[in-house]
Amino acid sequence: MLNLDFAFLSPEVVSGYIAKGLIFSLQLTLVAMLGGIVLGTILALMRLSSKPWLVTPAAAYVNTMRSIPLVMVILWFFLLIPLITGKALGAEMSAIITFTLFEAAYYSEIMRAGIQSIPKGQVAAGYALGMTYGQTMKEVVLPQAFRNMLPVLLTQTIILFQDTSLVYAIGAYDLLKGFEIAGKNFNRPVETYLVAAAIYFIICFSLSMLVKKLQQRIAIIR
Amino acid sequence: MPMIEIKNIGKWYGDFNVLADCTTQVEKGEVIVVCGPSGSGKSTLIKCVNGLEPFQSGEILVNGISVGATGTNLSKLRAHVGMVFQHFELFPHMSITENLTIGQIKVLGRSKDEAIEKGLKLLDRVGLKAQAHKFPGQLSGGQQQRVAIARALAMDPICMLFDEPTSALDPEMINEVLDVMVQLAFEGMTMMCVTHEMGFARKVADRVIFMDQGRIVEDASKDDFFGTPRSERAQQFLAKILQH
Repeated sequence: MLNLDFAFLSPEVVSGYIAKGLIFSLQLTLVAMLGGIVLGTILALMRLSSKPWLVTPAAAYVNTMRSIPLVMVILWFFLLIPLITGKALGAEMSAIITFTLFEAAYYSEIMRAGIQSIPKGQVAAGYALGMTYGQTMKEVVLPQAFRNMLPVLLTQTIILFQDTSLVYAIGAYDLLKGFEIAGKNFNRPVETYLVAAAIYFIICFSLSMLVKKLQQRIAIIR
Repeated sequence: MPMIEIKNIGKWYGDFNVLADCTTQVEKGEVIVVCGPSGSGKSTLIKCVNGLEPFQSGEILVNGISVGATGTNLSKLRAHVGMVFQHFELFPHMSITENLTIGQIKVLGRSKDEAIEKGLKLLDRVGLKAQAHKFPGQLSGGQQQRVAIARALAMDPICMLFDEPTSALDPEMINEVLDVMVQLAFEGMTMMCVTHEMGFARKVADRVIFMDQGRIVEDASKDDFFGTPRSERAQQFLAKILQH
């Protein structure tokens, strides 16, 4: 019979072990999302350009990132950077950079689909007004593509949040790690992993509810 | 110097010759109607005029500036060549006012206040002042097309290109758009219009160009074109579209 005891989860334990990890997990998610979307949008524009010297490297980057397990990228980046630069980045910083670079590949595919969903006539209309390529993208295409793709971008972010737990591979202090340490210190590993799962569930489930709400609200009137 | 000079334009999609040796010109203040069966290249030709479609041979001069030349600043040229599209192409994520001001602000560098004043004046002119705060999706097709004309006019164009402006509209909305175009023609705007609205052509066109299979088959004054078109193909075409 399972003998669960959650009594050790005092406010002190939460603030001492869990809060720090939760904050890092959220920070990692947020930075990787924003950085990933910006970088992903640039990659998407490169892939959609007519110049092979832009298309090829962007396609190679995206295909490589999407073909390697995330945990390997995390490990390799963490191990390789000190070898190349001679200076360790620290697990947290290393994780933030790795996730941004990795997620950019996925966000770029979403943005690419979003950009392609905008009718060509919209681009022509931007050009016809005298806008440059950059202005047409910034004012006409990307705002519409972004809005059309917002639910998918957020869904990818939910996956990203779950994936942040993989930083255990390099020992970064994230939400899962906080629970793990607390579990070890109080000898309650089963309880702590259960609570950790509940917290991940609450955050991800509320986010997907938000996505559902957004989907209903943002459909552009055409 | 003609406003638009099209000299021996040729364009291919692979082996398919979309435009073959097209030559014509539009003088300042002239209204030219381009008609022809679908696939005849008329839309492609008008899109070549402001460089939206590239062409492989020949030359197009707009106000003396060569459209296809490598050194030409196409954006700068297009800023003063108004274009109206078959499917309106208003920006659906912007209000009508924003649609009217974006080009003025971003391209011409006008202040926001100046752009709004100009935009609203033109919106009033096309009879849609009350719609300023709505979004394109809330307007009818005819209303959207009138906004699109106002948007092009807000840039103070030296000439206007119309690419089948009424062919995506319900019949009852065609006239409200044509009325705006007729008014524009009477005010002396240089216009090149791809359209099948022969009533419009009769009323305001100076010349009518008839295209078939990528070639300009007929380039005649309005009276000659409707009176005695020289080519058999144009006669057939007219007989078909004027039958009813």
